[in-house]
Amino acid sequence: MKARTRWDEVCTVDDLVPESGVAVWTEDGPVAVFYLPHRLPALFAISHSDPFSGANVLARGITGDLKGEPVVASPLYKQHFSLRTGLCLEDDSVRVKVYPVLLDGDRIRLEVPVIQHESIAA
Amino acid sequence: MSKKTLIVIGNGMVGHHFLEQFTASAAATGFQIIVFGEEKQLAYDRVHLSEYFGGSTHADLAMGTLEWYSEQGIQLHLNEQVTGINREARRVTTSRGSYHYDKLVLATGSYPFVPPITGNDHPHCLVYRTLDDLDAIRTSAEGARTGVVVGGGLLGLEAANALKCLGLEAHVVEFAPRLMPVQLDTDGGALLRRKIEELGVQVHTEKATTSIVDGESARLRMNFSDQSFLETDLIVFSAGIRPQDALARASGLEIGERGGIVIDNQCTTSDPHVHAIGECALWEQKIYGLVAPGYTMARTLSAALNGDRETAFTGADMSTKLKLLGVDVGSIGDAHAQTPGARNIRFNDEQAGHYRRMVISEDGKTLLGAILVGDNSHYDTLLQYALNGITLPENPETLILPESQGGVPALGPDALPETASICSCHNVTKGDICGAIDAGCSDLGSVKAETRASTGCGGCTALLKNVVDNELEKRGVEVSKDLCEHFPHSRQELFHLVKVNGIRTFRALISQHGKGHGCDICKPAVASILATCWNEHILATDHVPLQDTNDTFMANMQKNGTYSIVPRIPGGEITPDKLIVLGQVAKEYDLYTKITGGQRVDLFGATLSQLPEIWEKLIAAGFETGHAYGKSLRTVKSCVGNTWCRYGVQDSVGMAIRLEDRYKGLRAPHKVKMAVSGCTRECAEAQSKDFGVIATENGWNLYVCGNGGMRPRHGDLFATDLSDEALIRTIDRVVMFYVRTADRLQRTSVWMENLEGGLEYLKEVVLEDSLGIGEELEQHMENLVGTYQCEWKTAVEDPEKRKRFREFVNAPSQSDPEQEWTIERGQRRPALESV
Ligand SMILES: Cc1cc2nc3c(=O)[nH]c(=O)nc-3n(C[C@H](O)[C@H](O)[C@H](O)COP(=O)(O)OP(=O)(O)OC[C@H]3O[C@@H](n4cnc5c(N)ncnc54)[C@H](O)[C@@H]3O)c2cc1C
Ligand code: HEM
Ligand code: SF4
Ligand code: SF4
Repeated sequence: MKARTRWDEVCTVDDLVPESGVAVWTEDGPVAVFYLPHRLPALFAISHSDPFSGANVLARGITGDLKGEPVVASPLYKQHFSLRTGLCLEDDSVRVKVYPVLLDGDRIRLEVPVIQHESIAA
Repeated sequence: MSKKTLIVIGNGMVGHHFLEQFTASAAATGFQIIVFGEEKQLAYDRVHLSEYFGGSTHADLAMGTLEWYSEQGIQLHLNEQVTGINREARRVTTSRGSYHYDKLVLATGSYPFVPPITGNDHPHCLVYRTLDDLDAIRTSAEGARTGVVVGGGLLGLEAANALKCLGLEAHVVEFAPRLMPVQLDTDGGALLRRKIEELGVQVHTEKATTSIVDGESARLRMNFSDQSFLETDLIVFSAGIRPQDALARASGLEIGERGGIVIDNQCTTSDPHVHAIGECALWEQKIYGLVAPGYTMARTLSAALNGDRETAFTGADMSTKLKLLGVDVGSIGDAHAQTPGARNIRFNDEQAGHYRRMVISEDGKTLLGAILVGDNSHYDTLLQYALNGITLPENPETLILPESQGGVPALGPDALPETASICSCHNVTKGDICGAIDAGCSDLGSVKAETRASTGCGGCTALLKNVVDNELEKRGVEVSKDLCEHFPHSRQELFHLVKVNGIRTFRALISQHGKGHGCDICKPAVASILATCWNEHILATDHVPLQDTNDTFMANMQKNGTYSIVPRIPGGEITPDKLIVLGQVAKEYDLYTKITGGQRVDLFGATLSQLPEIWEKLIAAGFETGHAYGKSLRTVKSCVGNTWCRYGVQDSVGMAIRLEDRYKGLRAPHKVKMAVSGCTRECAEAQSKDFGVIATENGWNLYVCGNGGMRPRHGDLFATDLSDEALIRTIDRVVMFYVRTADRLQRTSVWMENLEGGLEYLKEVVLEDSLGIGEELEQHMENLVGTYQCEWKTAVEDPEKRKRFREFVNAPSQSDPEQEWTIERGQRRPALESV
């Protein structure tokens, strides 16, 4: 059975900060959306929650690339997470959730799972 | 071919190390391995057990993972005690079943000895060996005020520290006349006692406990043989360990007179199918209560099971180096001079609290043992002399004298023989390290990964780095000064590129002089350089993504994702009205409030979206940002000076405010701290600051490049009797020269230590203007002072910049669900994560 998902609008292009991240609130919890205008693709979305501290802070980390891999560094304990796969570069047993993200006009949409009670109602 | 069965009893440090060694060897394919552990948890690092009280969890301390065990095909039975061994039938019985073995390994460790004192079974009488023990201590400490540790040895003092950390008044009761009787002598023990008492732990020596009864003012009373008594709420016994040999004894294996399972050089017991390793094993009448010898036994046994009869356990070095309650203690080899003809050299500086003793051979050529208290910096060198039998210099006392009295610096890595043991936990020699480097390791990290050196107790970290650096240098490997993979330049080179080419953005710099997109190393470093050169607002669009979160949001992020707020209070002087505003704001937003060591007030627990509102209020009341988040000037601490103090000779507060207002906001390679004292009594502790100013009858003395903290450094006296103007001119020049030439994240103290020519050179540049750049430095500083802006003021006034402070850009009213709070001592603080 395939889990049901939906493309939710979370913010607009104006809300984004080039080369950095912003946090958005989704039904699946807080998500960090990054805009790296000098790369293709330029948009990435991963969970906002830092698995090492449990704090919602990843959108506030410094972005960049390590050996070509786009990454964000946790602002608390500085581990790097791949923006493509969510994998932690320092500890490959740790991975944060990755969300498909797209630009629709000037709106940013995220693919989030539809939560159970809604799918029953639908 | 059907596999044979190998059973390991005990899943402790040594048992686990054996499994690591054995599963990697050829013989492992022939065995099904079954492991029984009595504890609930997977093997963990007992050596660092006390860190459990410092916040480490079992996961932090664990030595392996359940996945690893299943990948290796090991059947792991935790929380299952082995209750009997039947050697004829080759079966073990456990609390849950019975299993056949072909080979049996006992790695049962030891248990704490509890002296047979009436009342020792009271529920608040505890021991200190396992995670469960620590949980019990933590529970018992609730509602307790005092705690006693019975036993003043190494573990006892560690336990005392733990009690102290739990907030108890800690006592140590020792039977012998001094602390750590095994490792230390009378003078060493006395000094250790003095230091430990200074830390608030009360030491009672020559006390034999006769009974434990109900107390009057506390839960328990300990009665001593000299009729005295002590009341306490809990007791931790740490009176030594005993080998856990009960199973072996009951099954008729040979046991030593005072306990311990007798083993030969291959770790085989009196039954050829049964082996013993670690603290339960007795080799030549000796029990080894340390982890390194246990690891050596584990390696020896693994080799033996692979048919290697050459590898043998031949005893182990029992030298130890530790920090007990923050006090360095070291003991090497024959510390008590029991070798016939041994001679002693002692150095005892009661003032500084340093005691060092060398035990040397009759002919004065070799070092047999040593004792160190108060300062372990000589340990590595002495240990190498003792372990490798290196011939002592003609005047061996120079090895323990302070340098000012003719002492010689530490033994260089070149002087060590190839066989010198660098890491005793994993038995790595200098030769192994050279081998790893020859095989392609080109930095410390890869040498550690390859040899495992320094991944045990960590005691050899500094020595290992020395050896690796030295070997790399000898092979002509340049220890790279590149900032990171994106820039093949040092910070100083980048500074020049930015300045000379007038580069104003990160993007321009990386496209012209680097590659890729940058990272969390180079971005903040470049941001700092750009700020020093051009002083634009740090939230200007191009600069935002370069900054560490602390700089981006102009506040320090705390562990739960909230921020702290530190307004500038120049010189620590504040009007009652402004103080009231701080209180009102803190109250309105329920901010945890603390006075910092920098003479100002820190407000904790503001969320991202509250920051601009709070600052708006503070700015309206006349406050400015304190730059507590930046690599920049923190505070200028001051004493009250001659306006009030009867000893003061200058206005220290006035000067501190003047300096703080001048240098506030200046971006530097690292934070900069200053202080001004009003007379030589030095109440502001200026000599521990990057820039320290002390008033004289005739003006000001300036000290530079001091530091407090982890590596304290006394500031160097730079100039004397300066007028106000001369003082400021001199500081201008030194600060600017530091900003221009230091490495990324290099404090002034380290900068000074690495500056070629040192203090004299700096004096030439600044006081004699030997490079002819004095005026340029001053001019640069003038520009920076002239373009200062309170970053928070600019930010709250600009709606675009304020947009950055939304917690969730699409849900302004949504609060962060992860932030949980609890009340402690009347204030709100983050709740510790519940596990
Ligand atoms: C607080 C503390 C600090 C220390 N600091 C240092 C230090 O700085 N340096 C140093 O070198 N050493 C230190 N040590 C000593 C070090 O921890 C030991 O040398 C090491 O743990 C010994 O390993 P082991 O495997 O022999 O025993 P253990 O680690 O004790 O493991 C034995 C295991 O066997 C289990 N077991 C016993 N009987 C049975 C049974 N019948 N059935 C099933 N399981 C059983 C036990 O429950 C235990 O888990 C310290 C110890 C403590 C407690
Ligand atoms: C690696 C070492 C250090 C780190 C990581 C560190 C970190 C910090 C941080 C983050 C703050 C700000 C607290 C906040 O507002 O959130 C702070 C403040 C402070 N630290 Fe440190 N610090 C270090 C070393 C030192 C040393 C060595 C000293 C003293 C000798 C020291 C003294 C202070 C003081 C006095 C303050 C308060 C300053 C003020 O009023 O702004 N720190 N430190
Ligand atoms: S340093 Fe001197 S002037 Fe300042 S408070 Fe101390 S005694 Fe007074
Ligand atoms: S000493 Fe400094 S770094 Fe350590 S906990 Fe205290 S404030 Fe934090």
